Amino acid sequence: MTGPWPLRLTLLAAVGGLAVFPWVGDPFYVELVIHLMILGIFAMSLDLLMGYTGLVSFGHAAFFGISGYLLALMTPESGGLSIWLALPVCLAGTAVAALVVGWFSVRTSGIYFIMITLAFAQMAFFFFVEHQDFGGTDGLFVADKPFVGFGGWQLLDLRDEHSFYFFTLGLLVVTYLLLAMILRAPFGQVIRGIRANEARTRALGYPTQRYKLISFVIAGTFAGLAGFLEAAHTEYVSPSHLGWHESGLVLMYVILGGMGTLYGPVLGAFVMGLLHDQFQDLTEHFNLVMGFFVIAVVLFLPDGVAGLVARLGRARGGGPADPPR
Amino acid sequence: MSEPILNTLDLSRHFGALRAVDAVTLEFAPGRVHAIIGPNGAGKTTLINLLSGDLKPSSGSIRFKGQDITGAPPYVVSRLGVGRSYQKTNIFPAFTCFENCWLGAQSRERTSMRFLRPARRYRSVRERTERALALCGLTERAHVVSSAISHGEQRQLEIGMMLATEPELLLLDEPLAGMGAEEAARVIGLLRELAADHTLILIEHDMDAVFAVADRLTVMVNGRVLETGDPQDIRASPAVQEAYLGSGEGGG
Repeated sequence: MTGPWPLRLTLLAAVGGLAVFPWVGDPFYVELVIHLMILGIFAMSLDLLMGYTGLVSFGHAAFFGISGYLLALMTPESGGLSIWLALPVCLAGTAVAALVVGWFSVRTSGIYFIMITLAFAQMAFFFFVEHQDFGGTDGLFVADKPFVGFGGWQLLDLRDEHSFYFFTLGLLVVTYLLLAMILRAPFGQVIRGIRANEARTRALGYPTQRYKLISFVIAGTFAGLAGFLEAAHTEYVSPSHLGWHESGLVLMYVILGGMGTLYGPVLGAFVMGLLHDQFQDLTEHFNLVMGFFVIAVVLFLPDGVAGLVARLGRARGGGPADPPR
Repeated sequence: MSEPILNTLDLSRHFGALRAVDAVTLEFAPGRVHAIIGPNGAGKTTLINLLSGDLKPSSGSIRFKGQDITGAPPYVVSRLGVGRSYQKTNIFPAFTCFENCWLGAQSRERTSMRFLRPARRYRSVRERTERALALCGLTERAHVVSSAISHGEQRQLEIGMMLATEPELLLLDEPLAGMGAEEAARVIGLLRELAADHTLILIEHDMDAVFAVADRLTVMVNGRVLETGDPQDIRASPAVQEAYLGSGEGGG
């Protein structure tokens, strides 16, 4: 079965809207939307774990930050680092980190999984805080944006704000499509089963821990993609990128946006980010307003913002609003 | 008698001081329906959990087709060809009946570590799924979310999911629990049909059903095997009558 058409059209329209935004939007907001799209990739990666595998990680920012540090460390002062080297190294590095963390973490579940992922992320946090070679609490600057091209020929100038915008938008769409593909494939069926009833999934013949570990590594790698983009965009990475505060924020995007929908967490990142931006200007007590917003969503929209969109957009009494199975 | 498909040797499982299963030595002949009966708390479900790998034995061993499977995890046991259904309905409530059976059917592929092609394009899996749905009588309910079907239908689905894994040996833990008379008759018919080319190990409280399908019976009491034999012998056994059949407890 394919996904519900109203949803697909809405998503296409949203991508279309994002594609024209740089020409009509204020440069400040173009900059902000880049950041939000990066957070959207980050949130989608966590949704694979939370919304589909049933693993609530409270240390997902570790992979976001590690990737940024890798980029900062490998970028030479003179710049000109090829993205064909930088991106694979950052992704492979986070994949290995996720494999190590996941190896231990997937043996636990529930509250213990939350605690062990938090513990690993805090270890990474303090590692970078305490090592002056890695900038300590000040963090590191990324000397230059990666070079996208072949040899001397440049394909895309990431120093240009619009180019970076479309680069990020492209990767946001690619991330969504790749994750949707994985979820539709046999692997996706198994992790959904694990979320719904792990014991029965095991009894049906699946070594569930292996599937959870692979899911954890995939999620970590996509978080690494987001971290790579964030560090390249701001040309800066600091321990706060992998702190528990960052892990908590991305958890909120996923929960408020709507777990198990992929597009919901992106929506969550956008709604939270834009509200934050608006209320920050209005009042110094914006955190209070954000708090009320969070409570309101949890109380009135148990399926998150995506649940509301699905409810409004549902032409007839269709199925749930998750992507095609 | 031919080589047993499954046998246990001094199989025990203790929970603290409780000997839930106590030195059980049993042989299950291929192609037969072997029912295990006994009062509540006799250790029947614990025995099934040991056979399926859901529980690890405290001591003793289990062999399936000559291979030692003692302590093997459930997914290994399942992939060797042992299917089980649960006494307490154990399904994926948010999935449709089709999706429930799909997961069983897909597990017979060499691996599910596949990330590219949509799962629904795997024809062999689809065929197994549809066969399982037809066998358990849920073809017409295939696309209904399984939390929305009746209790009896969920019991049928429970069996369907197991059948989707195409097992050789079926461990059925009270397949008729909580079923109406009509549904029960249906499932008894299905068990008879399955008995033609499977080995069945059946726990059941409904004695009429047991005597209707089983060709061998084991009576368990307090974790131990009291007696094993053909149905008419068991029915006639004074020890069994006293311990179980006559007590009215399991008359169901």
